[in-house]
Amino acid sequence: MLKRLLPVMVFLALCVLLFAGLRMADDKDLIPSPLINKPAPAYNLPRLDADGMLGHADMLGQAYLLNVWASWCPGCRVEHEQITRIADSGVLPVIGLNYKDAEADAQRWLNHFGNPYSAIIVDLNGKTGIDFGVYGAPETFLIDADGVVRYKQVGILDQRTWETEMLPLIQSLPDQRQPQPAL
Amino acid sequence: MLAELGQVTLVLALLLALLLAILPLWGSYNNNQQLQLLSRPLSYGVLGFIGLAFVLLTSAFISQDFSLQYVAQNSNSLLPVHYRISAVWGGHEGSLLLWCLVLAFWIAAVARFSNALPLQFLARVSAVLGMVAAAFLLFVLFTSNPFGRLLPMPVDGADLNPLLQDPGLIIHPPILYMGYVGMAVPFAFAIAALLGGRMETTWVRWCRPWTLSAWAFLTGGIALGSWWAYYELGWGGWWFWDPVENASFMPWLIGTALVHSLAVTEKRKVFQNWTLLLAITAFSLSLLGTFLVRSGALTSVHAFASDPTRGIFVLAMLGFFCGGALTLFALRAHTLKPESAIGLYSRETMLLLNNVFFAAATGMVLLGTLYPLLADALDLGKISVGPPYFGLLFTLLMVPVVLLIPLGPMTRWRQGDWSEIKAQARNMALAAAGLLLLLGLLLNPGGVRGWFGVAAGAWLMVGSGWYLLQHVRRQIGGLRRWQIGMAMAHFGVGVFVIGVSMVESGQIQKDLRMQVGDTATVGQHDYHFIASRNVQGPNYLAARGVFEVSRSGSDDIIAVMQPEKRRYAAGGSIMTDAAIDPGLTRDLYVALGEPLDDANPAQIWSVRIYTKPFVRWIWGGAILIVLGALLAASDRRYRKESVSVEQLARGRSAGATSSA
Repeated sequence: MLKRLLPVMVFLALCVLLFAGLRMADDKDLIPSPLINKPAPAYNLPRLDADGMLGHADMLGQAYLLNVWASWCPGCRVEHEQITRIADSGVLPVIGLNYKDAEADAQRWLNHFGNPYSAIIVDLNGKTGIDFGVYGAPETFLIDADGVVRYKQVGILDQRTWETEMLPLIQSLPDQRQPQPAL
Repeated sequence: MLAELGQVTLVLALLLALLLAILPLWGSYNNNQQLQLLSRPLSYGVLGFIGLAFVLLTSAFISQDFSLQYVAQNSNSLLPVHYRISAVWGGHEGSLLLWCLVLAFWIAAVARFSNALPLQFLARVSAVLGMVAAAFLLFVLFTSNPFGRLLPMPVDGADLNPLLQDPGLIIHPPILYMGYVGMAVPFAFAIAALLGGRMETTWVRWCRPWTLSAWAFLTGGIALGSWWAYYELGWGGWWFWDPVENASFMPWLIGTALVHSLAVTEKRKVFQNWTLLLAITAFSLSLLGTFLVRSGALTSVHAFASDPTRGIFVLAMLGFFCGGALTLFALRAHTLKPESAIGLYSRETMLLLNNVFFAAATGMVLLGTLYPLLADALDLGKISVGPPYFGLLFTLLMVPVVLLIPLGPMTRWRQGDWSEIKAQARNMALAAAGLLLLLGLLLNPGGVRGWFGVAAGAWLMVGSGWYLLQHVRRQIGGLRRWQIGMAMAHFGVGVFVIGVSMVESGQIQKDLRMQVGDTATVGQHDYHFIASRNVQGPNYLAARGVFEVSRSGSDDIIAVMQPEKRRYAAGGSIMTDAAIDPGLTRDLYVALGEPLDDANPAQIWSVRIYTKPFVRWIWGGAILIVLGALLAASDRRYRKESVSVEQLARGRSAGATSSA
């Protein structure tokens, strides 16, 4: 009897997990991340588009978007258009976090679709992604001039979310200074 | 008013589905023949009303009725008529209605073509299917009504997602759903068998053609999706291990195990519990896929607008059907006959191995797909599993399957002879080596992976041919359809394997900066960029490049390729429309990237050029698998009039050596 109950029990465990997943999906909408209104995790990573490193500290003093992407991620390819539009609008710089990607693939992706980013940093083993609580690419963080996370978008960032959620938030940020010449 | 009528027909369909779920089942326990006979007219009624609702929604799309919220969100006045029809299933609500329609087709088909089934059994199968239909209709009516009105009515619609404006996407969802939803049929058979208590394995025989056809559709649907991703996502890949691809792939893997284990259970009455469990699992994984796609628990390129209430609803359905079925299984499975022993070198063992590997592959994909959720729930940090995990493990699990496929059908039932298997395998391996040499000279696979792939493909192809030859020699009256079907499907696996390994090892990809007038050489071809012009499409504006392709060192133009970069009028989204010159041995693939010179945007482009050797074989193999499965499903032995249990038992021991 116990042996035959095994499938039910496995299934029940799965249901608990799925239910938890659903709650977390809820949370993604309501409280997008425990990082909201907390300082962004410190990072200092090599750049993909240039030599040298770029870190958390270099970005203090200006608000920016941190967009997590990878060449293996079809969602990023869909989102690319919107990210380009945001970058072109000049509202704020967009930093790309190339997540668990092979460098050659990433370069090819950029060559093909275009590079909208002010700078791209490489998170090869996904450690910074873990610090940021990345579920999977694409994800986008809004980080203000004090280095505090203000908004997190899980999944594809569309025009509507940008216009109705992020843009008003950016405009309400108290002290948005001009982008530094460093970028 | 038509939309309100659609609403009413859905409610009527729900009522009929509820009656179908209750009355025949009730009758089957009280021996009331009148009630059991109701299963047929009720099934047709469900199909009729869901069909009518679907027609009404389609007409709202064709007549551009933007007062319907769903139409306004997924259509636009500029959208061509054929895409207006496919836009019916371009969003969550409509695709769910399509799902219900497909289910109703299966229900009506089971009612129509199951004369051989005892009335009591048919009544129970129909009742279970009625429950599934009722649950999905409730889902549509309460969380995803496609007939909701929008006030005030918008002037124009938001347009169908440009990614979906494509011929492949017109047929991909209906075919995929035929397979996905079709898994409800073996599920219903398994539940009916468990409800019957007195377990005979006759249900297995009745179940086989349905399972095979559903599985064939699922194979076709997945292949179509992969083909679409190949040319429409503009990225040249054909499989991404995306959560939604996995959602359809898991029922396919378990379905593959199921079609094989049904063979053993029908023939030798062993693995009965296992087969029941597979039938339940296949449909449960279909429901799980629905959950993953529509709840927003995982993010994916396919995801519909996520809505946690929908998630709760699907989870409740999953709990009811899968939980209920597994509980029933725990209660009733012991009434099954004790299993007879199987020999070590027998076809039973071979098919058991098939099941082990496919079940393991399903578990692997399930784990990889749910791992981000699991890690998050257990506070292990937030992690996502990339394609490398799936690619490596899946290949490892499939290597033994490929090795065993040709041996399985060669091995005798009950107790095979190891030395005979060895002798056969040696001969086949010699023949395969010959074929490998021939194919190697013809195809010129680059790299170790290419050679391994072609060797595996040759082995599978030889195995299928060998099987047919053996049976032609041994059998009087020629080959049966199911035998040809099986050999064809296994041959198709060989074609598929060659396609995958050739394209993985031999593809050439170049990203170039090209100005009008430039010529680039990629692989064995020259690409001459002769012009760039703007083109007005029905609902988009495009920049179109014109490339003349010739073999290197020759002036004969073999293809003119015209990739486009499109900007859609509504929403302004930009799509890459790659130009593909298909061929049996290679695809040439040209896509426009970005204009590189702002001052002169039409002249200088980043251009991506691919040579994809044998990529068509991937889908060619899938087509062979689909045709093989359908051929096997149409075999005469499944269409016999009602066969008594004793007759079956006698037939089984007599034909034990030759058939699967």
